[in-house]
Amino acid sequence: MLTIVNAVSFSVGKGESVAIEGPSGAGKSTLLALLAGLDVPSRGAVWLNGDEFSALDEDGRAALRASNVGFVFQSFHLIPSLTALENVMLPLELGGSGRAREESLSALELVGLSDRAAHYPRQLSGGEKQRVAIARAFVVGPSVLFADEPTGNLDTGTGEKIIDLLFDLNEKAGTTLVLVTHDRNLAERCERILHLDRGCLTDGEAL
Amino acid sequence: MNSIAFAVASLKRDWRSGELTVLVAALLVAVTALSAVGFFTNRIGQAVDQQAAEVLAADLIIRSSEPISDEYVVAAEQSGLQTARVLRFPSVVYNNEQSALGAITAVNEGYPLRGKVRVSVEAFGEPVVTDETPLHGEIWADHRLLARIGADVGDTLKIGASHLSVSKALDYRPDQGWDFIDVAPSLLMHLDDIPATELVQPGSRVTHKLLLAGSEADIAAFRANIETRLTETENIRDLEDSSPQIRSAIDRARRFLGLSAMVSVLLACVAVAMAARRYSERHTDTVALMKCMGADQAFVLRVMLVQLLVLALVTGALGNLFGFAAQHGLAYLADDFIKGELPPPEPGAAILGFATAAAILIGFALAPVLRLKHVPPLRVLRRDLEAPPLRHLVVAVLAVGAVLAMLYWLIRDLKLVLYVAGGMTVMFLVMAAVGFGLVRALQPLRGQVGVAWRYGLANIARRGRESVVQLVAFGTGLMVLLLLTFVRSDLLDDWRDTLPDRFPNNFLINIQPDETDAVTQFFAEQDLEPPRLVPLIRARMTTINGVSIDDVVFPEPQGKLFAQREQNLTWSNALQEDNKILEGQWWNEENDTPQVSVETEFAKSLGLSLGDRLEFDVAGERLVAQVSSLREVQWDSFRPNFFMVFSPGTFDNALGTYVTSLYVDPNERTVFRDLVNRFPSVSVIDMEAILTQVREVMAKASFAVQYVFLFTMFAGITVLLAAVQTTRDERRYESAMLRTLGARRQVVFAGVVAEFTTLGLLAGTLGSLGATALGYVLATQLFDLEFSLNPLLWFSGLLAGTLLVGIAGTIATRSVVDQTPVITLRENL
Repeated sequence: MLTIVNAVSFSVGKGESVAIEGPSGAGKSTLLALLAGLDVPSRGAVWLNGDEFSALDEDGRAALRASNVGFVFQSFHLIPSLTALENVMLPLELGGSGRAREESLSALELVGLSDRAAHYPRQLSGGEKQRVAIARAFVVGPSVLFADEPTGNLDTGTGEKIIDLLFDLNEKAGTTLVLVTHDRNLAERCERILHLDRGCLTDGEAL
Repeated sequence: MNSIAFAVASLKRDWRSGELTVLVAALLVAVTALSAVGFFTNRIGQAVDQQAAEVLAADLIIRSSEPISDEYVVAAEQSGLQTARVLRFPSVVYNNEQSALGAITAVNEGYPLRGKVRVSVEAFGEPVVTDETPLHGEIWADHRLLARIGADVGDTLKIGASHLSVSKALDYRPDQGWDFIDVAPSLLMHLDDIPATELVQPGSRVTHKLLLAGSEADIAAFRANIETRLTETENIRDLEDSSPQIRSAIDRARRFLGLSAMVSVLLACVAVAMAARRYSERHTDTVALMKCMGADQAFVLRVMLVQLLVLALVTGALGNLFGFAAQHGLAYLADDFIKGELPPPEPGAAILGFATAAAILIGFALAPVLRLKHVPPLRVLRRDLEAPPLRHLVVAVLAVGAVLAMLYWLIRDLKLVLYVAGGMTVMFLVMAAVGFGLVRALQPLRGQVGVAWRYGLANIARRGRESVVQLVAFGTGLMVLLLLTFVRSDLLDDWRDTLPDRFPNNFLINIQPDETDAVTQFFAEQDLEPPRLVPLIRARMTTINGVSIDDVVFPEPQGKLFAQREQNLTWSNALQEDNKILEGQWWNEENDTPQVSVETEFAKSLGLSLGDRLEFDVAGERLVAQVSSLREVQWDSFRPNFFMVFSPGTFDNALGTYVTSLYVDPNERTVFRDLVNRFPSVSVIDMEAILTQVREVMAKASFAVQYVFLFTMFAGITVLLAAVQTTRDERRYESAMLRTLGARRQVVFAGVVAEFTTLGLLAGTLGSLGATALGYVLATQLFDLEFSLNPLLWFSGLLAGTLLVGIAGTIATRSVVDQTPVITLRENL
């Protein structure tokens, strides 16, 4: 059996922003998957808001994610057959919200894309796609936001704007942020950095 | 979470963005084709039933040896049915000194309820159709009866105590019965004239009939209502009981129609399977994302099921609508071809559209779509994670189950379904194997062709598995098209040949044993081929295995009826060529005891099996025979055939009479006048009318099959588009990459042409091979016809494959090649 993440023990406080940093293959994405309940550890446990994530089955974890978690991915993960607005509406519709359209339009406005609501992902630039993804992540009001290399597919200028937006929204909403990156500059914008190397947490520093 | 609302909203969005187009198109073509076939088959079926109704002159008959109570007439009229009464009995008819036995048929106004009576103004004159019935004091006598007693129209005949004037010569009445045992020629008269003849007295051997006609539902309701009230002397006959000859022709017609419908079904299934697979692949990321956002498995499952249900309902409804329009237009175009009007399709036929959509989706889309339920949410971070692969057994069981269920529902003939489904399965496997070999064989060619061809051939080889799937799909499409175009017409021609123009169209009955040589001589004198005379002995069955037939428990209700009625028996040395032994053996010569060969359906009704002992009363003598074989009879051969044939020597040669069938040109029917003059006891039964009916059934079936062919072609094209669509995303990306790397547009385009032309040629080879093999199986195993190899089939198969697949594939992928590389590459980010 391959051990990807080992001897990792830490907690993240409410409203805190934490960066998980490390070189390629260090196990950052695996750790993120475990923290977000997308995967379960073979040993050990993960708690989210007092619930033991790792003790639940897949549907139990899904339910916990539905009410607590938002995601922003490196490759955006917008659904190509849905418009920008519909992509943002998706988590609200899954949650059975009756005001999905209105809330999603507000979220798009927050990220400055209300004029692109009817556009399909193929009609948007990389930066615009990631802004739609951020709107989608925040629209449900998650208590924790997981971001996996959110600027990995963007040029430096666009990346910076996206990060400004992400931190700005995070601050306003008081969301806990867990961000995975190999970009030291980006990591340093978080309150705390966890450095991961070959599956082990080497240090944790508070800024 | 409201999964229904979410499912419907997602489906709408998928439709709007074009994600569903191919799947819906494939389903729609399938349902349209099938519902058009369904509606049309329904109409043809009704027309055929109406023809069968002609044989009864009604939809339903109540028959009794006692007068039929007015109660039934009142009940029938209350149920909205038309009624007419018929009274039949044999009686001698006199023209001065000359006399002959006639079948007196007394009717009231309204007769016949189905079909038309034909009369002529003189004996053996030109027949015309009439809606009238004989007036009081008038009779319409059969040509042969008039000939026998030397009378003609205008003469007065004596029947019992009455003298009645012949106002017309009777040529045909729908229910005249072509059971060749309907001995005497008919005489039609008014029911109200019967009392004056004083012929019908209590205890007279007469048959009372109440004819009934109306809608199928009304008839069924009436039947259910009165069936329990029937007295012992009363029984019911309907279309199903009517003569086996027509039934056999109808069965064959339905088989041909079923065969045509089936190929559309299978093609549609291939198209839907491919489209559903692509739909599922393209939705893997969406489902992973939904799960990441908190959707549980049950929600995903509900969403997918609701989407499939909505698809089935929408395509079912639309397909029915298109199918209805399509069959209507074509039925209108066919107006000249099909004599008389086709009845409108019954509303129930619309179920077929919905059932088809549902069955195809369950069989071919359910497994790939439900697989999405298992997509792991972690896929959002790790693209290499997929849902667990489909279990082949589940896919196969669903697909085979759906196909068999649909086919069975369509044609209700398990043997045909199993043959074709089995043939198709073997064909798919063989095609996949051959296709795999052909794809492998392309490899060495790559070094010897130009860059475009190298790119095209490399594409086929590199996509190995996909290429084989496409090859099988194209090959199947071509196979069914070829099967329909060539094998269908070959089969139909062969079938028509089984009923050639000079087919026996007259039965001669009641030939006395001492007249056989003279009758044979008579035909020789007339330059007609002497017919083979078959002995006929009438008898009653008394016991089965020693148990009186009154006490035997029969497996089918009509078994008792069959057993109790007077039997027509024969004996023969040799098995007739239209008979086939299914069980047991033809005469065992070492066995001296009488043996009997029983027709298989008759045996089934009576619960007879090999070795059973049957006892008969033959003209007061007791006869016991053992069942030595079960025999299948081709009833539509129009030769004298019997439920029971005995071994030679069972009967005294002087016993009974002889019967035969022969062809006489309808214009030379006067020969029968001389025959009945010379042999007064002989009766001639004209079969020409019924043969015409059977030929009309064949013509209708043939037309319907031609018509279905059009829809099968559409279905074939959908398969092709679905196959192209499955590799569209990959092609688009590759084309963009090639052009980014500097390949000219023409080179990429020529590569696509090369790829599809090669695929088409290979598919043409597979299709021709398949059509030949399957056609052979159908002809020899199912329809009992000769099969001949058709070189034109191979030529057309290869040419059509190359052109059709080459052109359509190229057109379908052209937009992919034409797209600016940057757009494609950006979309893939």
